[in-house]
Amino acid sequence: MLTTVQRSDPPLVPIEDEDDIPLYAPSPKAYPQKVSGLYRRIKWGLLAFCLSVYYFLPFVRWDRGPNLPNQAVLVDFEHRRFYFFFIELWPQEVYYFTGLLILAAVILFLMNAVAGRIWCGYLCPQTVWTDLFVQVERVIEGDRRERMKLDEGPWTFDKITKKATKHFVWLMIAWWTGGAWVLYFSDAPTFMKQMALGQAPFTAYLWIGILTFTTYVLAGHMREQVCLHMCPWPRIQAALTDEHALNVTYRYDRGEPRMSLKEARRARAAEEPAGDCIDCNQCVAVCPTGVDIRLGSQIGCIQCGLCIDACDTVMTKVGRPTRLIAYDTDEAVIARQAGRTPTYRLIRPRTILYAALIVLVGGAMLYQLATRAFLGVNVIHDRTPLFVTLRDGSVRNGYTVRLINKRTERREVALTVDGPLNVAMEVQGANASADWRPIVTVEPDSTREIRVLVTIPRASLRPGTNMIRIKAADLFAGESAEAREHFFAPEP
Amino acid sequence: MAEHLHTQPEIDKLTGTATTGHEWDGIKELNTPLPRWWLWTFYATIVWALGYWVIYPAIPLISSHTTGIAGYSSRADVAVEIAKLQTQRNAQAAGLADASFEQIKASPDLLRIALARGKAAFGDNCSPCHGTGATGGPGFPNLVDDDWLWGGKPEEIQKTILHGIRWEANPETRVGNMPAFGKTGMLKREEIADVVEYVRSLAKLDVERTANIAKGKEVFAANCASCHGDAGKGNQELGAPDLTDQIWLYGSSRQAMTEGLVNGRGASMPAWGGRLDPVTIKALVVYVGSLGGGQ
Repeated sequence: MLTTVQRSDPPLVPIEDEDDIPLYAPSPKAYPQKVSGLYRRIKWGLLAFCLSVYYFLPFVRWDRGPNLPNQAVLVDFEHRRFYFFFIELWPQEVYYFTGLLILAAVILFLMNAVAGRIWCGYLCPQTVWTDLFVQVERVIEGDRRERMKLDEGPWTFDKITKKATKHFVWLMIAWWTGGAWVLYFSDAPTFMKQMALGQAPFTAYLWIGILTFTTYVLAGHMREQVCLHMCPWPRIQAALTDEHALNVTYRYDRGEPRMSLKEARRARAAEEPAGDCIDCNQCVAVCPTGVDIRLGSQIGCIQCGLCIDACDTVMTKVGRPTRLIAYDTDEAVIARQAGRTPTYRLIRPRTILYAALIVLVGGAMLYQLATRAFLGVNVIHDRTPLFVTLRDGSVRNGYTVRLINKRTERREVALTVDGPLNVAMEVQGANASADWRPIVTVEPDSTREIRVLVTIPRASLRPGTNMIRIKAADLFAGESAEAREHFFAPEP
Repeated sequence: MAEHLHTQPEIDKLTGTATTGHEWDGIKELNTPLPRWWLWTFYATIVWALGYWVIYPAIPLISSHTTGIAGYSSRADVAVEIAKLQTQRNAQAAGLADASFEQIKASPDLLRIALARGKAAFGDNCSPCHGTGATGGPGFPNLVDDDWLWGGKPEEIQKTILHGIRWEANPETRVGNMPAFGKTGMLKREEIADVVEYVRSLAKLDVERTANIAKGKEVFAANCASCHGDAGKGNQELGAPDLTDQIWLYGSSRQAMTEGLVNGRGASMPAWGGRLDPVTIKALVVYVGSLGGGQ
């Protein structure tokens, strides 16, 4: 699509000395320049929102009753529970996370089909933290030119002070990032107290250390290198995008041929072709990853739209229409070039497919969550022996039954067995009770494993495999659960 | 045959990137260098590896290996873990040692410890004869069913395990033999055949139509009832099995029953007192009782 881009070819210089070719090259450092405009405002807004959520969410409280933690979002490794507002998940429900990952992937695909790498440009933690770190750098060391000059200049006292201040602030932010991370894994206010008194567990300090290090290195030093060399998404995205996706696009149909303002005026007066791009390089100067958008979509472009803001500012100044760089589709550029009216197709097979998948997976998860059972019974048949013959000739099978209580109160669960005629059940560890059914107490928010022996007279049994049903019923809440399991009898 | 040429590096016109000067069948290789930080990371891993070789055990020698200056060994780690576990288990064992069987049964914690310990001890010591599922085999009693030769109460099971059965080295061992009625000439061939049919009738097994049940009953009363009881219900004091139920240690075929009458029966079980510590034996009792037949 982009074969029509015109560019000044580099001089064809034959290389005399082979040793001049570097096998490893220092990555050119980007010095993103300050910019203002619509997309910059959106980015600031999202940055403030995302960071607020990240740093303060652990302090949000959510009442779950007396026996459970009241932190809205908590990963409780010690008790093997995950809490998210009204949702409580057990380890065996880890499939919800699988569903969440599938959803995340398809949402990313949909975002890409609609508007390219908006994830990369606005929401990715790497982008958000890098943006914050660059701003810190800008406040302390000055804007693009000052920073470049500072880096090139000698190590004066002023330079040392500025650099030290910058790294200190970066490390503080990074440390806070690690500190907030740990808060998701224990009660936040208690942990803050422990931290202040130096009584937090070693793992907590270790994780704060790890996240301080990664945040400092990735957002302070690695920046676009992460997008270029570490992250798989740019590669996947490049394979998924199409000519209808709204990508940050240099409208070369309007911008080329590039020429100075004066030259362009002359050319227009002479009715010669004249592009709007005045080659001021502002789009490159503001780019956080240091790419030239005029070369088209590329792996380094995170499509944050800052070059749009920069170019709009310049176009306004020179009195030309804005949006020489804009969210646009390849298809639209080609259409304009061919004199057709560009149309934007939001609804197309792939967006419909992605949206349908999101609705399907999300719906299935919501349904699962809404109908989640609070009482469960799992039955495992003894592996050996499969059955045993008793003195009177009847047959007995042994089972391990696990009762699951997902409510926050202790429950009395009555067990019954259903099966061939005269089936009888013995529950080891059942309470003494007036009820004819064996009663088992299950503690709040926990499981209890018990052994159950089921005996059936020989006369009621088919040789080989029979079926039974073990039912668990909460005496008071009126909930029940049941499990089907095999009952083995001797072959004739 | 691919031709590999080493030519002069040049700048590629389309991309503006230098070539390496390597050429295969006219295809030239662009030189797109890796970022420098990548190279540094690579060097760092090499340094890390060297450090690892020095600090940790790494290089195999002919009969051993380098130990590293930190003196680390995963075996030593395991030994520490095992010692820790042993301490923990000894504390638990102390609880079991003082508790009665009723107390163990009533306390979920003690019961859990006893069952876990008993299960492990059973697998190590008992399963070679009684089977991993404790279902036994011909001559080796099934411990899961509700039939007991020497009694199924905890104290009785404990006595059996402690002193064994027909284990002469132990003075308190359980004694009681099925005599070899045929071999010793105490019973004639026909008398044995008759008593077999009579016993089969007690257990509601199929009986020969021509059999003389009445004669068998007489023989039974004279020779067998002293141990097995008048009604054939057995006697746990002597380890004499109940002959009226569906459970037959050596099988319920005529052949097996006749063999028992002719040659006698008297398999033994070792005394485990002294071999296993009292707490482990206690745990075994609890475990065996929990299999389903415990009384």
